[in-house]
Parts: sequence; C-alpha cells; structure tokens
Amino acid sequence: MVPPLITVRDLHHTYRPGTPDATPALQGVTLDVGPGECLAIIGGNGSGKSTLAKHLNALLLPTSGEVRVDGIDTRDPDGAWLVRQRVGMVFEHPDNQIVAAVVEEDVAFGCENLGLPPAEIRDRVDQALRTVGLESLRQHPPHRLSGGQKQRVAIAGVLAMHPRCLVLDEATSMLDPQGQREVMETALGLCRRDGLALVLITHAMEEAALADRIIALDQGRIALQGTPAEIFAKGPELSRLRLEPPELARLGRALVADGVAIPPGLLTLDAFVEALAPKP
Amino acid sequence: MIRCERLTYVYGRGTPLEVQALTDISMTIGAREIVGIIGATGSGKSTLVQHFNGLLRPTRGRVLLDDVDIFAPRVDRRRIRQQIGLLFQYPEEQLFEETVLADVAFGPRNLGLPEDEAHARARRALEQVGLPPDRFGSRSPFALSGGEMRRAAIAGVLAMEPRMLILDEPTAGLDPKGRRDLLDHIRRLHRDHALAVVLITHSMDAVAQLCERLLVLDQGRLVADGPTRAVFADVSRLTALRLGLPQVTLLARRLRERGLPVRPDVLNVEEARVAIREALAVRGRGPL
Repeated sequence: MVPPLITVRDLHHTYRPGTPDATPALQGVTLDVGPGECLAIIGGNGSGKSTLAKHLNALLLPTSGEVRVDGIDTRDPDGAWLVRQRVGMVFEHPDNQIVAAVVEEDVAFGCENLGLPPAEIRDRVDQALRTVGLESLRQHPPHRLSGGQKQRVAIAGVLAMHPRCLVLDEATSMLDPQGQREVMETALGLCRRDGLALVLITHAMEEAALADRIIALDQGRIALQGTPAEIFAKGPELSRLRLEPPELARLGRALVADGVAIPPGLLTLDAFVEALAPKP
Repeated sequence: MIRCERLTYVYGRGTPLEVQALTDISMTIGAREIVGIIGATGSGKSTLVQHFNGLLRPTRGRVLLDDVDIFAPRVDRRRIRQQIGLLFQYPEEQLFEETVLADVAFGPRNLGLPEDEAHARARRALEQVGLPPDRFGSRSPFALSGGEMRRAAIAGVLAMEPRMLILDEPTAGLDPKGRRDLLDHIRRLHRDHALAVVLITHSMDAVAQLCERLLVLDQGRLVADGPTRAVFADVSRLTALRLGLPQVTLLARRLRERGLPVRPDVLNVEEARVAIREALAVRGRGPL
C-alpha cells in the first residue's frame, strides 16, 4: 500500500478566532491525497473548499488538527518552503499571479527563491515551458498572453519547483472555452502521464467528473465522497448541497429511463461515445 | 431598440498604447429579444455593451436607442442609463447599504422618486429575483450567500425599471445551484416582464439554454450574428475563435462521426435525448 502524499486529520479552521466575528470554515475534515491521484473538491459557495485548498500548501495553518505533506507538518516553522515546493497552487485570477515582466522569468521565480544554481534553474524552466506548451512564448511579456496561457505560465512556475501535487482553485473559471480546455488538458496530462497528484477545486461539475474521486464539502465538513459515478448518482443529496450532476449525467439518466441499453452512471463524452457508438 | 451603426472604438487614442477595441460593428437588438454575446477573452464583448447605455462614446459610428443617437445634443443620458440596465462582473462588490431593501432602493431614490415609491419598486425588484422582501429586505447585504448577493445586485438595477438588462458573466463564481437559480430568474424576467436581455458569457451551455440569438465577436469585429442553433452549427469557426459547443451538441457531433445518425444541432438535454433515441431506432431497423 502506497502511503498517501497528503494527510489531513480532523482539520478545523476558524477565521478571526476568539472575536465576535469568529467564523468556523472547516470543522473536522479528514482526508488523504494519494500520489498521482486526481481528486476533485466540490461544494456550495462558502462550504470551505478554498480554505481547505490553502491548508494543502501551508498558506493557512490549522486552528486545530493536522495537515502533513510528504510527512512534513505544515505547522513546522521550517517546513513551509518544503511544503510549497511539493504542493503548488494556481488560483482563479490569472492576472494576480504574474510577478515578472517576461514569461521565462516568471516561471523561474519560485526556483530562484529555492536558491538553485542558475544552470539548474534554466533546465527546469525549459522543461516546464515545454510541458505546458509555451516554449515559443518564453520571451513574451505575460500581460500580452490570453487567460489560458497566463494560467499555463502559472502552472509552469509550479512545475519548475518539481512538485508532487498541483492544486487548481477555480483556475478555469475566468477563462474562455479554449482557455478552459488548455488548462484542463495540461493539468490532466501531468496527472495521468507524469504521476503528479492533482486537486481540483471547482464549481464546474463536468471538470469534477474527470477526477478519480470526488469529495463534497458542506459547512466545513465532508458530506459525500466517492467516485464521480457514485457522487453524481445521489441526486437529492447533491441538490441539498447546492450541487447538481453534469449535463451529460442528466442525459444518461434520461436515456436509461427510456430503455436505451447503456451502462448507468456515464459522465464523460468519451464514455458516452463508446457506449452509444462503439468502434466497429 | 438598440442599433449600432459602424461602431468603432479606440482605447487610448493618440497614445502609444492605442488599441482598436471595436471595428465597424453594425447590428440591432429588439425590445423583446434575449441575445447572447460570445467571444474569446479580449474580443471586445464588455466594451461593446458599455456603448449601449452611453458609458463609452463611439470613436466613430453611432449607437441609437429607439432611433435617437444617444450622444446627440440634448439627450438625457441619465435617462438612457435608467432604461438600459448594465451589470458588470461581480456586481455584488458594489453593494454598500445597511439593508438589502435600502441598497435596492438606492437607484430609484437617486432618480428623485419619493421614498415610498422607491421602496415599492425595491420590493417588486426583490420579488422578481426570488428574494422575498419580507424575508430578505431587512438583512445586511453582506450576510447573504454569494448567489443571493448577486441577485440583490440585479434587483438594484431592476428597481430602475429598465427596458433592457445587460449581464456580464452573471454566473461567474456561483455554485451549480446558484447558477441554475440565476439563469432561471433571467429567463423568467425576459418572459414575464417583457425585458430585453443581453448576456455576455463564456458558458456555451448557458447561452444554448437561454438565448435565441447569438452575436460572436472576434478581435473587436462582429463575425457572426444569427439564431443560436445556426451559430453553433459552424463548429470549425467556433473552435478557431477559441469558443466551443455546448456539451450535448458536442456529444451529438462525436456520435455522428462514429456513424450514429444523430441530429447534430441539439442544444439541450431534452433535444439530445430525443435525437439519440431516434437515431438508435433508425440504426436498429437499418442495415447496420
């Protein structure tokens, strides 16, 4: 049994603790993220998703409970950089994450903070830009790129740190459809091909459907967890959590109800195509 | 109702950073329409709609409301902004009053309406977006959920009793329930209150479900204008424009590529269900 990459144990987080405005955002969350796993975290507005994400790379520290990344406690004062090297985050707004005037400098920023030798940094930046398919734009000013390209620059900056896990916090929600495709294909490729763990925080149920496993949060607690097929079969519970199955899941249920011979729980385009029109 | 004639707009004219944001756009939007505007990031969608209520002044060309140039002398542009309600992205960031009712009543009060009339309008507007004023009116706007705050902001515009409502990415950041509720309310406002609606969004699923007509922008030019079904039929063009298809439409096309004769222009789950059933029946009887 492979040990988990990230362990979260009875995690509580309260904003403004000890004041009249104290707000409990996480109330006893326990979960593991395995190496190379793709985990989607879904939930209504205010359910605690982004708070949980920020605990995965020590941007927030537990009010109580424990988060460990690769065995390192995020509260260990010497551990924060080690944790952030292993878990990289990309947020919603592409413009808020750009720090340099040229793409390759932006990608190198994190490595420079690690104090790596220049030759090593150059190799890592080359490799990261190749992986996200932006080597031709390395000399460009980031603000001239499309939203999807900016997010891929941010992903490259994370990759250059040689992380074990990538966390995307609503990273596609501001993008046009092409930008959404670019970012999802890049991230899923890293997970499936290169064995990087991927945590997707998302309101887009069709993105969550691509994960190995889904966790649904409600008021700072885990309300549901399972495979996408298991989760999206729970209609009434989902709607209580302000969620709903993706469009295609609704189509699948309608077709099954019509007596069409397809397996229940189909969620993705590929699965539908194989079930309805298999290759001759 | 709104007509653009050869509308061109240049940002930062005469500076080194001059950018032509809109080029030679001509089109009309009728008083009962529900229209989607789609296009890649930076294609000019938000710039275009800011011309509809006179927030931006055309560099060249004209914008007319009911056949009157909105920048003609002696046109009251405050009245135009009352008639054409525009909601920017994340409009809830502009909520500021102590109670929801006071916030929604702010616009009509600003129009110079008496207090009781302003409140009556605010109550009607809150009703229209599904925030019953008896339950929500006295709450702080900041104690509402994300989706409720968004709807309160929309009520603030509706309380001006506009004839057209323009929404820029209205569902961004909302959870699935909040998104569905908001889209249902927009549909109902259009249907029951004779409101023209213009919707800017990156969600192909949302425009497929809501809009009868689509305008497609590319680098400041209007490159397609037609019924939603017809616009989604030109797949290669949409892909080249960094856009896409609704999920069910994409599925229908992929099934056709595999030889299942599904109607390729379905726009929602119900249409896809019928089309797939029919195609399977045909194949069942056919030589395959």
